[in-house]
Amino acid sequence: MSFGQAILVAVLAGAGTYLVMHRTLTRIILGLAMLGNAVNLLILTSGGTPGEAPVIGRTGEFTDPVPQALVLTAIVIGFGVLSFLLSMAYRSWTIDGNDEVEDDIADRRLADEPDEVVDHGEPT
Amino acid sequence: MNDLLPLAIVIPLAGAAVSLLAIRSRATQRVVAILCAVATTAIAVTIVVHVDRNGTATAAMGGWPGSIAINLVADRFSALMLTVGSTMLLAVLLYAIGQRADDERSRWYHPAYLVLTAGVSGAFLAGDLFNLFVFFEVLLMASYVLLTLEGTDGQIRSGTTYVVLNVVESMVLVTGVALIFAATGTLNMAELPERLAALPDGIRLGLNLLLLIAFGLKAAVFPLFSWLPDSYPAAPSPVSAVFAGLLTKIGVYAIVRTQTLLFPETNRTLLLVVAGLTMAIGVFGAIAQSDMKRILSFHIISQIGYMVMGVALGGVAAISATIFYMLHHIPVKTSLFLVEGIVERDTGSSTLDKVSGLARRSGWLAALFLIPALSLAGLPPFSGFLGKLGVVSVALDQRSWWIVAVALAVSLMTLVSMLKIFNGAFWGDPMPSQVTAGRTGVLRHHPLMSGVTVAVVTGTLAIALFAGPLYRFCERAAFDVTNTASYTAAVIR
Repeated sequence: MSFGQAILVAVLAGAGTYLVMHRTLTRIILGLAMLGNAVNLLILTSGGTPGEAPVIGRTGEFTDPVPQALVLTAIVIGFGVLSFLLSMAYRSWTIDGNDEVEDDIADRRLADEPDEVVDHGEPT
Repeated sequence: MNDLLPLAIVIPLAGAAVSLLAIRSRATQRVVAILCAVATTAIAVTIVVHVDRNGTATAAMGGWPGSIAINLVADRFSALMLTVGSTMLLAVLLYAIGQRADDERSRWYHPAYLVLTAGVSGAFLAGDLFNLFVFFEVLLMASYVLLTLEGTDGQIRSGTTYVVLNVVESMVLVTGVALIFAATGTLNMAELPERLAALPDGIRLGLNLLLLIAFGLKAAVFPLFSWLPDSYPAAPSPVSAVFAGLLTKIGVYAIVRTQTLLFPETNRTLLLVVAGLTMAIGVFGAIAQSDMKRILSFHIISQIGYMVMGVALGGVAAISATIFYMLHHIPVKTSLFLVEGIVERDTGSSTLDKVSGLARRSGWLAALFLIPALSLAGLPPFSGFLGKLGVVSVALDQRSWWIVAVALAVSLMTLVSMLKIFNGAFWGDPMPSQVTAGRTGVLRHHPLMSGVTVAVVTGTLAIALFAGPLYRFCERAAFDVTNTASYTAAVIR
């Protein structure tokens, strides 16, 4: 792995993680895209040192083609998931007018009124 | 025979394509979905019988030799899981049709459900790590669609948490896969054991942890469980039944597979602590809730703890107990959600405040709930008792007293919270508003839903009844799983 590539992976992963921590879905999606690219670059570098294209009949130091095949699959999957998330953000916006990820309603109720839930097991 | 393996993935995928083309005709969609689910189940049963007689079956895609091909591998463990999984998928499909979960608003139900079936089959059969990741993605993608099927506010809200966390989980998994490839130069699960064993301890531990975090999030172990009770209750009942029964168990399957095959020589004390905490947190969470779906969702977490406990204890006896536990847990958990679905359908609510006295109206429905509930808590003579007995007796043999204490205490608290549901929803007098809806015959109003639920509950009783032969099968499966050399020999030849 070249030094520059390592730095790039680190920066993308760091920025992606920072964005994922936000509450707005748009930022989370951007963060996930960056994280995804960091991981894809990592897969690419897992093949070792770069070399010639691995074509039958040629000689020399070949690049390992497997990680490139893997990264293609990972990119396609990432694309699909991100488009789904974008459509969810749009849906969230059409319902609420914003795309903030809200607290779980039941969790919040439990946290606010701890006494109320104690006796729910009793038949009413 | 080995050509059957890819069919378990191809048939539901092709069915999904047909189902998409027939998007305007619900009748066609239903027929296609049922045919595909029946075919997949039949294939799974054939595979399990064949594998038990003749040993591990493999299929090398594209006709390449086993060491470079993309392999599908069915040993006894994956064949068993495939059978249980596809049977549950078929049962829940029929239930969903009975519930009209596939009505106008959600005509995408059938295609997504068939893709989920294909993903589940693939995850159980995958013979290399990257393919395992790909099939995880296939089933996750389908589960995203199913979870947000109606696009309501609540589904989008909880769906967001679910999708984002699972995407992050996928990235951890891919990172693990990439680093394993960088360290060993292969992703073939038959070649990995030997090459991973040659790595320095520190690197192996790091790789193991990455995979454990990824699969642990999928299986909802402590502390990676918070997404589960948040997202499952929002889904429609038939969807949450299949999620609850199957999806987390695929994470457990992956944990068992990687821990036994790839990292056999690991100190698992930390995993045992995680198992104990998972059980305890799950059951404490359940006790605090007052909605049936949420209580049941928290119980998934605490039950996962028992399975992880088996993995952490290690050895053939513990793994066979874990496999039996999974075999019992999948139908039991599914049937609890199916009963909950009937209750919600009939009364319009799953909150214990708003439902009461169902036993007065339908004793059978109460019995249908009570059997899997007692089984989940681990009371004899039900299947859960045998599952827990297996795991706990291994822990006793290994003198891990504290985990035995935790397991038994959690079991007791499971019983308490199951009785809370029973007292709240089934005991007492019916709500005045529900009396007018008809005094008896809750089951008769929903024939298909009830029929499927009865069948699944009968299945759980059959597991208890035939526990002897089934447990011996699980022991053979555990021997397969722990015997790395035979796995490698079957794939590479």
